[in-house]
Amino acid sequence: MADFGYSLVKSGKTDLDTAGNALARSVSEAEPGFNLCIACGCCVATCSAGRFTNFGFRELIHRIKRGEEKLMIAEAEKCMLCGKCTLVCPRNINTRNIVLLIRKHAIIKGL
Amino acid sequence: MDKTVAVVGGGVAGLAAAAALNQLGYRVLLYEKEAFTGGNVRNWDRLFPKARNAREVVDELASSLTGLTEIATGTFVNSVKSTDGLFEIESSGRPAYADAVLLTTGFELFDARKKEEYGYGIFENVITSADLEKMFASSGKPLMADGSEPKKVAFIHCVGSRDEKVNKPYCSKVCCVTAVKQAVEVREALPECEVYNFYMDLRMFGTGYEQLYKEAQVKGVNFIRGRLSEANETRTHQVMIKAEDTLVSRPLQITVDLVVLMVGMSPAGSTMTILKSLGLLGNEDGFAGIANAHTGSTLTLKKGVFVAGACSGPANITDSVNEARAAALRIHQYLGGV
Ligand SMILES: Cc1cc2nc3c(=O)[nH]c(=O)nc-3n(C[C@H](O)[C@H](O)[C@H](O)COP(=O)(O)OP(=O)(O)OC[C@H]3O[C@@H](n4cnc5c(N)ncnc54)[C@H](O)[C@@H]3O)c2cc1C
Ligand code: SF4
Ligand code: SF4
Ligand code: SF4
Repeated sequence: MADFGYSLVKSGKTDLDTAGNALARSVSEAEPGFNLCIACGCCVATCSAGRFTNFGFRELIHRIKRGEEKLMIAEAEKCMLCGKCTLVCPRNINTRNIVLLIRKHAIIKGL
Repeated sequence: MDKTVAVVGGGVAGLAAAAALNQLGYRVLLYEKEAFTGGNVRNWDRLFPKARNAREVVDELASSLTGLTEIATGTFVNSVKSTDGLFEIESSGRPAYADAVLLTTGFELFDARKKEEYGYGIFENVITSADLEKMFASSGKPLMADGSEPKKVAFIHCVGSRDEKVNKPYCSKVCCVTAVKQAVEVREALPECEVYNFYMDLRMFGTGYEQLYKEAQVKGVNFIRGRLSEANETRTHQVMIKAEDTLVSRPLQITVDLVVLMVGMSPAGSTMTILKSLGLLGNEDGFAGIANAHTGSTLTLKKGVFVAGACSGPANITDSVNEARAAALRIHQYLGGV
């Protein structure tokens, strides 16, 4: 079977009973700001990468929290680390560090 | 009984407290730095939740004062000194003494210019919620800088609230319902005008507030869940704003004729100065510190010093007035009345 880089969930439903949380755990331990997002969307509205792709930082962290690890590791590659989102985030979240930690986790785990 | 209570601040809280203290038989020295009492509510037009005239509320409270209240308008209280249970009020007027002090210094509007990326004071068609109240009071409808009627208006929630970038991490409580109220008023005054509210959460905590939200939906107000990242002026002096439409996960932009910033409540500058002169502290947001949140919201850590209304944190009129009356009873207990 072809490997699409993520596993298909039968229905579109998030199943928190089986969802993986290793990525969310490792990122939030190193960067507690990961848990402080209030989903305002300012990061997305200002995002450089979002002008060319459908990448969105807010969605990225929330979908990691829902266990979509492989897919989101691929998504995180789209970030250009420009830091504009850090400038607008009302919770002062170190957004770039979160992207870097996602990439680090992927390398360490060989994902 | 010949005891005197100094009430600092003649907004709705100060007026309600003074009246209650009069009824309990106390002399009140009511200080107000402005020429008139009524505080911020003097500047509002029709109030949520039921569109009552704001001036009527102020007049009702002011007319319940008795001859036992001496009102010192145009008098700014600088500090209060306490010696052996007696309080010396140092103001721009003559010095005076009181047996207890009640702080009702209220709040100041967040200065929207500090949120530079929203363009207040730079773009002519970016106004605040307080500016809009003035327009409703004077002309009954919103107007653009050139005097014409807007065809598209955007309300921006949480300006100077829930924002660590401007050191205002707290929620100002009343701006969600004010935005919804004003959105309804715009739709009623200008039925052809499209209205968009940009919010993160709609905090409709009070009686009648959720109903007002539903009324806004019925009247065709558009609600977009996303916080503004920036505003820019077009060549025709319209305002282009950007946000993420978080409910569909897509960046969004819209050009409107008028942007209304829902400015938050900041602590009044003199609250902290007066507290410090009494050896007291503010809370983490810079409002007056209280003894405890559940059963001591009108008490401070110093005997004889009380607080009520928005000086201890964002509050609507209902809560400010209730707290003021509760404080009067606490002062009565302190002064040995019960
Ligand atoms: C845009 C907007 C719209 C609102 N609309 C509504 C509404 O529709 N319904 C509702 O229930 N609530 C509304 N509110 C909330 C309402 O304004 C407050 O609940 C109310 O003003 C609190 O009253 P207060 O007396 O505690 O404070 P304030 O109104 O702030 O009064 C404090 C007074 O103290 C005076 N003062 C301060 N320091 C000193 C000093 N050192 N010496 C002398 N005097 C001093 C000030 O001049 C002022 O007059 C609104 C708020 C905003 C921002
Ligand atoms: S750092 Fe990444 S997520 Fe943030 S604005 Fe730049 S490209 Fe977008
Ligand atoms: S700007 Fe900050 S708080 Fe807002 S959605 Fe992005 S990460 Fe979350
Ligand atoms: S009441 Fe609404 S607009 Fe005001 S700070 Fe709270 S969430 Fe924001």
